[in-house]
This record gives sequence, C-alpha cells and structure tokens, in this order.
Amino acid sequence: MEWMVWTLPTTVFFSVIAAMLAGMTVWEVVQPTVERKGFLPISTTRGDRLFIGLLSAAYLHLMVVGFTPLSIWWALAGSVLWLLVLIRWG
Amino acid sequence: MNKVYDNKAWLLILPMLALVAFSAIIPLMTVVNYSVQDVFDANTRFFTGTEWFVQMLNDPALQSALLRQFAFSLTVLCIEVPLGIGIALLMPKKGWQASAVLILVTLPLLIPWNVVGSIWQIFTRGDIGLMGWGLRELGYEYNITRSAVDAWGTIIIMDVWHWTPLIALLCYSGLRSIPEAYYQAARIDRASRWAVFRFIQLPKLTNVLVIGVLLRFMHSFMIYAEPFVLTGGGPGSSTTFLSQSLTTMAIGQQDLGPSAAFSLIYFLIILLVSWVFYTAIMNMQKDKEGGA
Repeated sequence: MEWMVWTLPTTVFFSVIAAMLAGMTVWEVVQPTVERKGFLPISTTRGDRLFIGLLSAAYLHLMVVGFTPLSIWWALAGSVLWLLVLIRWG
Repeated sequence: MNKVYDNKAWLLILPMLALVAFSAIIPLMTVVNYSVQDVFDANTRFFTGTEWFVQMLNDPALQSALLRQFAFSLTVLCIEVPLGIGIALLMPKKGWQASAVLILVTLPLLIPWNVVGSIWQIFTRGDIGLMGWGLRELGYEYNITRSAVDAWGTIIIMDVWHWTPLIALLCYSGLRSIPEAYYQAARIDRASRWAVFRFIQLPKLTNVLVIGVLLRFMHSFMIYAEPFVLTGGGPGSSTTFLSQSLTTMAIGQQDLGPSAAFSLIYFLIILLVSWVFYTAIMNMQKDKEGGA
C-alpha cells in the first residue's frame, strides 16, 4: 500500500469513516431507521443525517482552517458535536 | 399491507462496488493522502498537514476562478433550460419530420469537446471564420483574444450550442410520455396554451428536468476542453475556469499536494450543490404528492 502514500492522519480518517459505515449498517439491522422530521427543513433518515453531518463537517474544517487562526481540533470537536446533535434531533 | 423486505438483492451490486472501488474510491483516497503531504518521489515526502488547504483557500487567483465558474454555470443553465424546453415544445411529434428534426437537434451532442473547441476557434477567426469575419464586416470589432466580453460571450454561445440539445432531448422524451387524455381534458376545459404548459407539461417534465439540470450543472462546472481550445483561458485569465487552473497546477507545475487539496475542495463544492439541488427537487415532488 506504499504507493498510496498513507499517513497516520489519513489512515485514521478513513478507518473512522469505514467504522461509521459499518456501525450504521449494524444499527440499521438491529433497529431499522424511520424517516422523520427534526429541526432540519427536510425529513431525513439516519443515513441522510450522517451524510449531512459529514458534508457539513468537511465544510466546517475548511472554513476553520482556511479563514480563522483557530486550531483544526476545534473544527473536529465542533463537527463531532454537530454530528451527534444532527443524528439525535435532526 | 405487510411488506416483506428482502435485502438479498443488495448482494448483486457487489461486483459494481468492487469496480467503483478501483475506479473512484481508491483514487479519491490517494488524493486525500497527497493533499496532506509534499510528495517528491516514492521515498521523499513530508507531512504538511493543512498547509495546502490554507494556501488554496486563500489564493486570489483560485477564488476568482471559482466565482467565474459559478457565473458561467448559472448563465448556461439559465439559457439552456428554457431554450431546451422551448425547442422540445416546437419539435414535430410524429412522422418522418420527427425523426429528421430529432437527428438534426442531436447532432451537436455527438461532437467531442476538443472538436467543438476547434470548430468555434475557426468559426470565430477574424480572417477566415464565418462568425468572426461577418461580425467585423458588420462593424463590430470582434476579437476573442483581446476582449474578455467577446471571449465570454463566445464560450457561452458555444456551450449553449453544444448542450441545449441534451435538455431538448430529455424534455422531448418527457413530453412524449404525457398521455393524450390530459390534453383532451384540457381542451374540454378550454385551457389556454399557457395553462396547458404550466399545469400539464411542466409538472410532467420535472423528473427529466432534474436530471437535465444536474447533468448540465456538473458538466459545466467541470468544463475544460472547450474553453481551453477556444481561448486558452484568456484574455488574461478572464475565461480560466476551475479545471483549467487545476490542470495548470497539477500537470504544468507538478504541484501534487496543492492540486490534491484543491481537487478535494472542488469535489466538495460539486457534491454540495448537486445534493442540495437533488434534495430540493425531490422534496418539492414529495410535497406535491402529499398535498394531492
């Protein structure tokens, strides 16, 4: 796998994504999702909310890294919090 | 009614998944890896973290290329969608005329991007090109290598010429699928031509228009060959769109790290816009079905 020039952060990143997808699959089997309407303007399933959470996390990271002097870890913390809120109440 | 869910069919997409893994997922992962490093060769590489992203996001040339890109995509969408619907409405419905017009309308779609660029390059030349020469004879100093307005106008006309047929074709097939009974009912109600369009044809076209607009947005947002051949991004950088900036960086300068970071930002923008658009339209439809 050396040709893909892995680094520790990217390995962790993709492992977490893969774990999330696997986790969502297990969760879906144990307890199938029901489409519902939370604070988001559209009704969503659990997978929709995960996608929205990940996409907005990407943008949050870009904004924080590109346009503020804040550390990227703040963006990560904010994203995790946002993802949890989104999955629960979105 | 009890629906039995059998998810075994999902296993059938496994071969496709493997294919996509090699054609899209793994390359994308490689891009992510490159975006956080400065790679010189297989053995010499340095971890740079977020540096490339900071650099790319604050690059004024890329920021203006992004704005130009949005301006371009919105302009061609605003022209091509109404024009495509209009053409589809005017196309003959049966007989040999239908086939003939269909072929004529579709013809530009068959021409490869580079060739389209070359055709327009020659077409707009002041000395031998019909359009360039004609406009000059009419007294307009038309020059796509000097005037940014001329270059922009020409690229937009070129894109409209190349891709409006796609919208027209999609709308034509959408229109053909409307049952005759709808029109009969409209005639009984003495509905005007506009009312028929607004309340029968347009709603029935929603699905094909979603596909059309999505395809056109993504295509136009990734446009490369046509403006590259026609203007080379000039005059100055007035028609340098995102993919051309990216190519210059990745191929011309071999800056793999920055261009990987830039590619990811590019990808995220396309992903977001397409998703927002798709969701918005799908929800509009759901609301309509719920209300009816």
